[in-house]
Amino acid sequence: MTWWRNISLSRQGTDRLVGGGLGLMAVISASVVFFILIFVCRGALPALREVGLTRLLTDGRWLPASSREPQYGVTAMLAGSLLVTAGAMLLATPLGLLSALFERFYAPRNLGRWYRRVLELLAGVPSVVFGLWGLMVLVPAINRWHPPGQSLLAATLILGLMVLPTLALTASAALESVPAAYFQAASALGMGRAATILGVALPAARTGIGGGALLAAARAIGETMAVVMVCGNIAQIPGSVFDPVRPVTSTIALEMGYATAAHRSVLFATALLLILMVAGPLGLAAFVKTQQKKRTVRHA
Amino acid sequence: MPDPSRHRRTRTADRLLGALCWASALAVVAVFLWLLWDLLSQGLSHLSWSFLTGTVEDAGRGGGIAPVILSTLLILLVCLAVAVPLGVGCATWLSEYQRPDGALAGAITKAVDLLASVPSIVFGLFGMVFFCQVLDLGFSITAGGLTLACMILPIIIRTTLTGLHSAPNELRLGAAALGMTRHSALRHLLIPAAVPGIVVGVTLGISRAMAETAALIFTSGYATRMPSSLSDSGRAMSVHIYDLAMNVPGGAANAAASAAILLAVLTAINFTASKLSDRWHAKAVVTR
Amino acid sequence: MHKIPSYIPQPLLFSLTSIGIAATLLCSCGKKDETRQLILTGSSTCAPMVADMAKRFEESHPGTRIDVQSGGSSRGIADATSGLADIGMISRNLKEGEDLTPHRMAMDGVCVIVHQDNPVENLTKQQVIDIYTGKIENWKDVGGADKAIVVANKAEGRATLEVFLGYTGLDNADIQADIVVGENQQAIKTAAGNPNAISYVSIGEAAYEAEHGTPIKLIQADGLAPTTGAVANGSFPITRPLQLVTKGEATGLAKEFIDYATSEEVHDLVEKHLFVPAGN
Repeated sequence: MTWWRNISLSRQGTDRLVGGGLGLMAVISASVVFFILIFVCRGALPALREVGLTRLLTDGRWLPASSREPQYGVTAMLAGSLLVTAGAMLLATPLGLLSALFERFYAPRNLGRWYRRVLELLAGVPSVVFGLWGLMVLVPAINRWHPPGQSLLAATLILGLMVLPTLALTASAALESVPAAYFQAASALGMGRAATILGVALPAARTGIGGGALLAAARAIGETMAVVMVCGNIAQIPGSVFDPVRPVTSTIALEMGYATAAHRSVLFATALLLILMVAGPLGLAAFVKTQQKKRTVRHA
Repeated sequence: MPDPSRHRRTRTADRLLGALCWASALAVVAVFLWLLWDLLSQGLSHLSWSFLTGTVEDAGRGGGIAPVILSTLLILLVCLAVAVPLGVGCATWLSEYQRPDGALAGAITKAVDLLASVPSIVFGLFGMVFFCQVLDLGFSITAGGLTLACMILPIIIRTTLTGLHSAPNELRLGAAALGMTRHSALRHLLIPAAVPGIVVGVTLGISRAMAETAALIFTSGYATRMPSSLSDSGRAMSVHIYDLAMNVPGGAANAAASAAILLAVLTAINFTASKLSDRWHAKAVVTR
Repeated sequence: MHKIPSYIPQPLLFSLTSIGIAATLLCSCGKKDETRQLILTGSSTCAPMVADMAKRFEESHPGTRIDVQSGGSSRGIADATSGLADIGMISRNLKEGEDLTPHRMAMDGVCVIVHQDNPVENLTKQQVIDIYTGKIENWKDVGGADKAIVVANKAEGRATLEVFLGYTGLDNADIQADIVVGENQQAIKTAAGNPNAISYVSIGEAAYEAEHGTPIKLIQADGLAPTTGAVANGSFPITRPLQLVTKGEATGLAKEFIDYATSEEVHDLVEKHLFVPAGN
């Protein structure tokens, strides 16, 4: 859309005003994350200075309040966050996409609308309700199969369920805005429904779907209250899906309200590491996207 | 002459994808019904008109949840009044006023994406320091709403961006050719074309805000009296549910009843939102 | 309408206007008269009970307004120290270096719980220690079925953990847990959902849940039954105080409220929340 600024004929004052206003809004929106980063850094500074980054990353266990020998190993927790998020996305992406396809292409019109309502409601179920449901229904079921029940698997299932509406609804909106002409063309070529969906609709909607997946992954990595109930909260790298894990967020949820001075600062440092861990891949993804876009613009 | 084996393959693929879609939709609905049944079987006996209209008694084990519902709606209103204009404005600027590969736009998009992954409890602690203390709003509905606004901002920006990106380029070219001012092109062509995206963003944002607990415990607070202004502390429904379920022995039934009401309120809000957006969509000059 | 940027769609305008009107209306009717206000923050265990006390206090003392906020004991300590709150609430003893004045409202006992179907009735202190340090890993070693024990521990910093460590003389580093939980309710639901789990929680809460059909069982400590009565007469070994804390001596309205919250007038509320009134 680079051409827009070049070819617009308008040189009106109101346009400049509107543009300036919108730009201000964008700067405000972006500055929120910087405020939060500053806030988290300020909280984390004492821990980074006294405990140090190396100890945070190399300590074997998580015993921040031990009177004998406090240990601050957060590596297992960062791994826990990654594993739980990856698991949730692995579950939610296919289900969410199929849900969106169902609503857009396969369901009768009214049924599709109802299905959409269900997804919207599912998105609004408080995380504590998901957590309790997981603890009382899912965990005992897994426990009968393979104790203790609170596990990577349980956390993955609950989180997957929680982020599924985000994925499905954004994918559905992206599919809705695929131009009708594409479908007419596909139909004129005698393409079947599945071929049209897989070959035309999904590729055309991929940016929107990708954006939704990003939101869903972010939600999964930042989710607090539900995971804490079902993941078992043992800071270890799990050997199987039935082992408990402890994501960073559940540590913060469990301990922040009860932590004093040094312990509290370490928790902030953990939050900072989590945010940085997200920032890395995000920067990479953005870089790749700009490269891709450059190519498309050149082709067009 | 069409190849019959190809025809059969196409039909099989069609059937297979259809079956998968139906299966996953059924699975999702089944889980939702299971969850709902669980809530209703615990909470239904506690649901009554007086539960809706009464005040909180006995730490939530008795009485009703009227002040909690009102606080929740006020928090939501503050949150949306800030997050929606800000988010739509930001996305519009990113999409229509900036080169997509520009450094500033890239940095802002990244910052917003990063915001999406901040744990909700960190939002709560941040809100407590920034809104309650630095801006001196105290533990109040305003502070809670603003904290939530920060939280749902990325959702609204992302979905609006998707909507704007999918608006056909012909709209922009046509508008430019006609010499339309940029803001009227936005108003009459591009924003209406982005409506499906914005609606999804607002819906998801509302759901997220209604479901949020951790960010609100520290900002809008715990008080259960009827709020008399936006500077009062007011307990949101999700906080109430959390407190009843986790801290009040014997609160489980009322927690389930409150959760059922939260879903009902959400249904009502979503219904209104979709009606509003339909009307707005119909009024727009171009509806795709 | 022309003054408003036209890209803002109607529904937004509507919501913006309505919120503006609501805000002005609400602000104008609030904060009229001189009310004396008090802010309490802290322990989520204390918050529901103190909120009930505050409600009754407001009714009997017109012109006062007591806002109770939850968020954890350390928030209570931090806010009372910084002055953000007039009074902090904590569900543990003050630690060294926490320069605040405590006012005890109630006592709470902590007991070991298991699933209802578990045949074990009593555990000695040594058995509890052995189970939590991983020396005993099977229920059959303490008179139960031949099943592996699932040990549920509390998260770092929780008052119940500190009380439990105090009783057993262990350091948290010695404990070999299979699961870590936070709130009492999470521990109760973990034990209720797993026939082989062991955990420890607040006695009042566990007794209430067991009475109301949750499939858990309270375990005797060295033959002593965990009841609120045993906590009240001081014979039960594992207890913690629920306290209000202030910076220096309390004055004015804060003193009035603390006197009220530690008086006999609120004993029924303390008991309703399944704790034991202090001073018994």
